[in-house]
Amino acid sequence: MSQISTASVATGGSAPSGPRRSERTGRLPNWALWACFAGAAVVVGALWPVFDLNIALFVLYTVVLGTLAVYLLTRTTEGSRRATDRLVTCLVVSAFGLAMVPLVSLVWEVVSRGAARLDGEFFSSSLVGIVGEGGGAYHAIMGTLIITALTTLISVPIGLMTAIFLVEYARGRLKRAITFMVDVMTGIPSIVAGLFAYALFAIFLGPGIRLGIMGAIALSVLMIPVVVRSAEEVLKLVPNELREASYALGVPKWRTIVKVVIPTAIAGLGTGVTLAIARVVGETAPLLITLGITNATNVNAFDSRMATLPVYAYYQLTQPGVPPQFATDRAWTAALVLIILVMGLNVVARFISRFFAPKSGR
Amino acid sequence: MAKRIDVSDLNIYYGNFLAVEGVNVSIEPRSITALIGPSGCGKSTFLRSINRMHEVIPGGRVEGKIVMDGQDLYGPDVDPVDVRRQIGMVFQRPNPFPTMSIYENVAAGIRLNAKKMKKSDLDDLVERSLRGANLWIEVKDRLNRPGAGLSGGQQQRLCIARAIAVEPDVLLMDEPASALDPISTLAIEDLMADLKERFTIVIVTHNMQQAARVSEQTGFFNLNGVGQPGRLIEFNPTEKIFSNPDEKATEDYISGRFG
Repeated sequence: MSQISTASVATGGSAPSGPRRSERTGRLPNWALWACFAGAAVVVGALWPVFDLNIALFVLYTVVLGTLAVYLLTRTTEGSRRATDRLVTCLVVSAFGLAMVPLVSLVWEVVSRGAARLDGEFFSSSLVGIVGEGGGAYHAIMGTLIITALTTLISVPIGLMTAIFLVEYARGRLKRAITFMVDVMTGIPSIVAGLFAYALFAIFLGPGIRLGIMGAIALSVLMIPVVVRSAEEVLKLVPNELREASYALGVPKWRTIVKVVIPTAIAGLGTGVTLAIARVVGETAPLLITLGITNATNVNAFDSRMATLPVYAYYQLTQPGVPPQFATDRAWTAALVLIILVMGLNVVARFISRFFAPKSGR
Repeated sequence: MAKRIDVSDLNIYYGNFLAVEGVNVSIEPRSITALIGPSGCGKSTFLRSINRMHEVIPGGRVEGKIVMDGQDLYGPDVDPVDVRRQIGMVFQRPNPFPTMSIYENVAAGIRLNAKKMKKSDLDDLVERSLRGANLWIEVKDRLNRPGAGLSGGQQQRLCIARAIAVEPDVLLMDEPASALDPISTLAIEDLMADLKERFTIVIVTHNMQQAARVSEQTGFFNLNGVGQPGRLIEFNPTEKIFSNPDEKATEDYISGRFG
């Protein structure tokens, strides 16, 4: 009898009614949680000389120890439900932090190493006659822009029309077959796309051929399925009621698609296309096979080799010449320019989706 | 303008599933015909088959005849798009085009069909249609604002304006007021009373008081059980349906004994 009454006192004085019997009702101040982690850092820091830690292990042990401390502290004061809540919060935040580590360190590394050569010369001169210092990637930047533009020109009409066909017209077995093929295409390794384009052109123009358009076709093989997938999802989001409203006005199906469905989905379509461009702009392997590399500026995609930023970076790093420092710097800057390009495209995508989205007008 | 519709031995299918069976009915011009019945009995399906919207759904098809002033709507040489130009439709949920302004929504029937029309004529048409839908006074100062910014009741009247702007012969309404509050509903009902001077109106409604208030003729649809086809049980003047129906099932439904 006396044992039971002590137990109920220990649960914080709450009446032991119904299923919620052992909830503690204490309340931890906010700083207590931070104090847990600070304490953990101090403890691990004290052990640093003993176990010969490095910074990564220090952070890891601190997080583990801090999480454990938060859990135990909460469990003893606020009850097991709150403790589980805090534990999961700690785990989720830690996972987020872990995911950010490679991203942040990548950006940091590329910016710190690439910033050195991010100058006017890099954007204005090619590598013609450059042996050591100086030189730039004008030819590679032009090449990347031209190839990407050509790829977009090929992929967007094909991809959009495929998506329209899938959403508006196709049904049954044909639809499933096309969807399956698109899924398979999404998973094609990029080198295979490059080999395909190379083999295709080698049939007609002989082996050893290198043309800008080959690269564009190789990249199209990679880009089309991405465009189809994203456009399909966006077109599916257009409410059927709008199509029916248009049909009910006596508008033919094709006009409904052109004048109602696509304008309604234009923001999503634009975003999808932009992200698909961002996806292929940094593609290296297929361009290595189909474009090769050159030191001179070539803006004609139907005549001989062209340089592109990813391939440029690859060759600057693998065949730097003597001394290697200058070429290595150029490689990092090329990588930085690529990242800026992709980030720019993502920003553009956001603007497209905001600018073109249907306005409610309220 | 307003035309008469004769339906004979109409069976409506979804794929192999017979959804509505053996409908025979004559819909009078310049009147409001209400269709009532429990959910799933096929009244909306029947309504959609009148302007061939039914076949937009994969597998949707019909057997039988629908004749509008001597023209067989399901004739082999009839383009469903032409049918829909003559028979307009208003849906349950207001569905103005979100990318278009109020003005463009009303003009959509003209613009989307790429009909050439002078700007002043189009302005007149938009004003006339909005007046016809009892919306002109509320929106005349903001015709270039998006149609999606209106209230639900206003959006529905905008959809009615859009439907009457193409000057159809018949106007089908699929529960046009079921998503609206009583005041908006009243506005829509008043509007229907005006519109019946010019159009043949067929309205599907779940609201029996509404059917009794607005319609001249009422059809009662029912089905015997789940998986059975719906049937037109009784079609009579509204007063008779609501006071002294021929069929026991109609009386049961109207007096609230089921459904």
